[in-house]
Parts: sequence; C-alpha cells; structure tokens
Amino acid sequence: MQALYAQLLVGLINGSFYALLSLGLAVIFGMLNIINFAHGALYMMGAFCAYFLLNIFGLNYWYALVLAPIAVGIFGMLLERTLLKWIAGLDHLYGLLLTFGIALIIQGVFQNYFGSSGLPYAIPPQLQGGMNLGFMFLPIYRGWVVVFSLVVCIATWYLIERTRLGAYLRAATENPNLVRAFGINVPRMITLTYGLGIGLAALAGVLSAPINQVRPLMGADLIIVVFAVVVIGGMGSIMGSVITGFALGVVEGLTKYFYPEASNTVVFVLMVLVLLVKPTGLTGRAT
Amino acid sequence: MVDVKTAPDAPAKAGASLLEIRDLQAWYGESHVLHGINFDVRTGEVVTLLGRNGAGKTSTLKSIMGMIAKRTGSARFDGHELIKMHSDKIARLGVAICPEERGIFASLDVRENLMLPPIVRSGGLSTEQIFELFPNLKERLSSSQGTKLSGGEQQMLAIARILRTGARFLMLDEPTEGLAPVIIQQIGRTIQRLKSEGFTILLVEQNFRFASTVADRFFIVEHGKVIDGFANSELQANMDKLHTYLGV
Repeated sequence: MQALYAQLLVGLINGSFYALLSLGLAVIFGMLNIINFAHGALYMMGAFCAYFLLNIFGLNYWYALVLAPIAVGIFGMLLERTLLKWIAGLDHLYGLLLTFGIALIIQGVFQNYFGSSGLPYAIPPQLQGGMNLGFMFLPIYRGWVVVFSLVVCIATWYLIERTRLGAYLRAATENPNLVRAFGINVPRMITLTYGLGIGLAALAGVLSAPINQVRPLMGADLIIVVFAVVVIGGMGSIMGSVITGFALGVVEGLTKYFYPEASNTVVFVLMVLVLLVKPTGLTGRAT
Repeated sequence: MVDVKTAPDAPAKAGASLLEIRDLQAWYGESHVLHGINFDVRTGEVVTLLGRNGAGKTSTLKSIMGMIAKRTGSARFDGHELIKMHSDKIARLGVAICPEERGIFASLDVRENLMLPPIVRSGGLSTEQIFELFPNLKERLSSSQGTKLSGGEQQMLAIARILRTGARFLMLDEPTEGLAPVIIQQIGRTIQRLKSEGFTILLVEQNFRFASTVADRFFIVEHGKVIDGFANSELQANMDKLHTYLGV
C-alpha cells in the first residue's frame, strides 16, 4: 500500500508540472493563437536561471522562485516582440514551426555550454526532510511543490476568470480589434500574456530543479507529455488544463503501480481516445 | 460627390465640426473599399450614412475608428488627425463604436460585457443612469453569458457599454438591424435622448424610416464615395432621389 501512495505522490508532483506548463500553454494559445513549442525550452531556462542565481550571484531558491520567472518572462516578451508578432494571424503551423525552431536553438546553446548531464540544485534547507503521515512518508519538498503549484494555478485561473484584466484577456481572445477600439492596448496585452505564460513555465522549471536536476533537455523530455495533456484537456481552456494536468499525473502514477509497462504511454493512449471521441478536448469548446 | 463645404445646413443648435472627413480611402488587403469619402459631423447632431449593402458605410465607421489598417486621406476629430492613429488611441479621444454585429463577448457575462470598455473621459453615464435608459439590462445583469440575451437586449448592452466610457461621439452601425418594431422604437427614443444630452452621433442605417426620426442630416454612400447629402428638413424634396439611391 505504501508503494501505491508513493506512486500517487509522484503522480501529483508530475501533475503539478503538467498543470503549470499546460496552463501557460493554454493562456498563450488563447491570446496569441500560437502553439508554443518553445515552452519546454523556457521551462529549462527557468531551472538554469535558478542555478545561475545560486552559483553566480549567491541568491538562493526563494529569490529564484521570484526572479527566474520574471527574467525568463522578460526574455519571452522579447521573443514575442521580435519574432512571434510577425506571424500573428497566420496559420497555426507557422507559430508551431517558429517556436519549435526557437526551442531547438535555445536547447542547442545550453547543450553546447553545459553538456547533457544534469547539474545539481539542492533542496532549500527549510524544505528538506520528510513527514511520516502514518500511511506513507512524505518528503516535504515534494509536498511543497504540489501545494505551491496548486496555489499558483488557482491564482492564475482567478486572474483570468474573475478579474477585470482577465475580462480584457478573454474578450481580446474573441475579438481583439473591437477590444482595441474600446481603448485597450491589445498588442501590449498580448506581449504581457506571453510573458505570463512563459513566467509560469519558468516557475515550473525552478520548482523542478531540486527534484530533477538542471539539464538542457529537461524541457524537451517533458513538453511532449504536456502537449498530450493540453490536447486531452482542451486547448485554450484554463481550468481544463489545470485539472487535466493534475489528473493525468495521478493516472500516470496509478499506472506505474498497477501496470508499470504502460506508464510512459498511458497519457498518449488517452490522447488518442479523446481525439477520437471528443476532438476539442474534455473541457474545450467547439469553435 | 457632395462638397462638404456646401453641404446642407444642420439645425441651428448644432455647433462647429467635430469630425471632418476628407478624401478618406481604405483597403481590406488588396480590395479598395473606400474611394474618397467626404463629409462632416457637427457637435451635438445626429448624422446618418445611408446606402445600399456593400456601399462602404460600415467601412467608413471602421476607418474613422482605426479598425482598418490601410487607409489614407484625412479624418480630423476635435482637432486630432486620426488617420495615423491606432484604434485604442482614437477611443481615448472620446470616440466610441457600436459595431454592426454588436460585438457581445460570449466568454463574458452580461455585467463583464457592460463594464468591459474602460472609462476614457469623465462625464460618462453611471450604471444607474444606464439602467434608467435600459431597464431590461438591470434585470438580465446576472445572466451567465452576454450572447444568451435576446437580439434587442444585446443591442442595448452594446450601446450601454459605450455610454459608460465618457465618449461623446458615438458611431452606431445599424443598431436596428433584425430587431422587432417595439425595440426599434426604444432605440430611437434612446438616440433622441442621447442627442438631447449633448452626444454627437454618426449612424449607419439601412432602415431609412427609422433614420428619418432621429437624424439631422443624411449622407448617401455609394461605391465607397459620398454622392449626396441633405438635411432632414429637405427630406421630402429629396424623396425621389433617395428612392433611386437606396433602390426602395
């Protein structure tokens, strides 16, 4: 039974990363209509940013948690201003190919300087150790990742679904020309939204650094699963991405316990089934 | 083409030109849709653009609002040249548009739709004043989706939300399209009340009978040009011409 709970926890942790990354992808897709293949590379940059902050500037994990998403978010906004804005309004394929190219370049540069092996990043002292819950042993850092991710996801959902700024975002997703004619600077909002989505990816990278080490290809490994999560949840659905992210992490964890051979493929099997039965995703709306 | 300098006089109470359009041309991609529009709108009056489908009336409103990227000529509003301006800057000068398709957002509830446009100037209507004008909206405020409202309610919502912003120059694109006669009357009364409160309104209409109840002056648009114009007081004298222009 202990092994089942342990796998459930691993599933929840993976689900946290899936949720944060697919949430960012959903936000970006909703506003920019771009399938952001660079997301994994920018997640990796978040982890590297935490590593640099610690090893070059002596700034610990807690600083990284704030500074890395801001720094990588600003980098994302530069990408949007200099590259992505030129393909606005074109077919999805252009955005996908462009961001795929950006991902390859970023990963290539990091691989060139840091190789493929992982760099260590220690768990912050305040979150080391574990708790015996009676039915299982809970490493504190892993519990923190799950809770913190959940809080960030809910805060992002609240921002988009319940605030005035979120109303601008949702309206601009439907009719950016009209929203701009109301006096709202939509191009600036698009840049900031891309920055927000990338910031979420970088935050996931920082959270991941103490668990998975810091590697140039850490994003490439993850992003394919995250895209499957987004397809299952429904592209552009905020809450759908969050719930599906956590749920598929748990499904993966349970599969690891009951039928480990299928644990790496279960998400893709589900994706195929969803595409066959409900192509818009579980929570997506037909357009 | 009508010469705006000799265009018919507006009623005595109308003031100086608030909007002056000179040789306005516009393109959708390669398609040249406006070929040199000329007219003016004076402070406090209601001006209606009449014309057949595809004549260029909606394109004229969108060009003034900056919603068509490629445009040339001159559109001066309150001393500001709008042609090189983006639509968000134009809105902040106090120009507001109520689009033909109403532009109610499906992902926003009724309250969010109403509150969406930011206040660009002081002097906009308060929520209470808006509910006084459109009592139905108050009852439907808790409706989940703006697009679940009836056509008439959506039209009222589309007008109401721009009244909050403080804009004093309103462009209404076919506000009566597809609505029941009783709702059309209500919208007519609303336009008359807005006019009496000092709003300047540029109206696009195909419903000529409705337009004649609210407009001070008319301009006829055909093939992307203004080909004629007259005041409401000259309407009867121009009826035959109007029937020819509009094909009614």
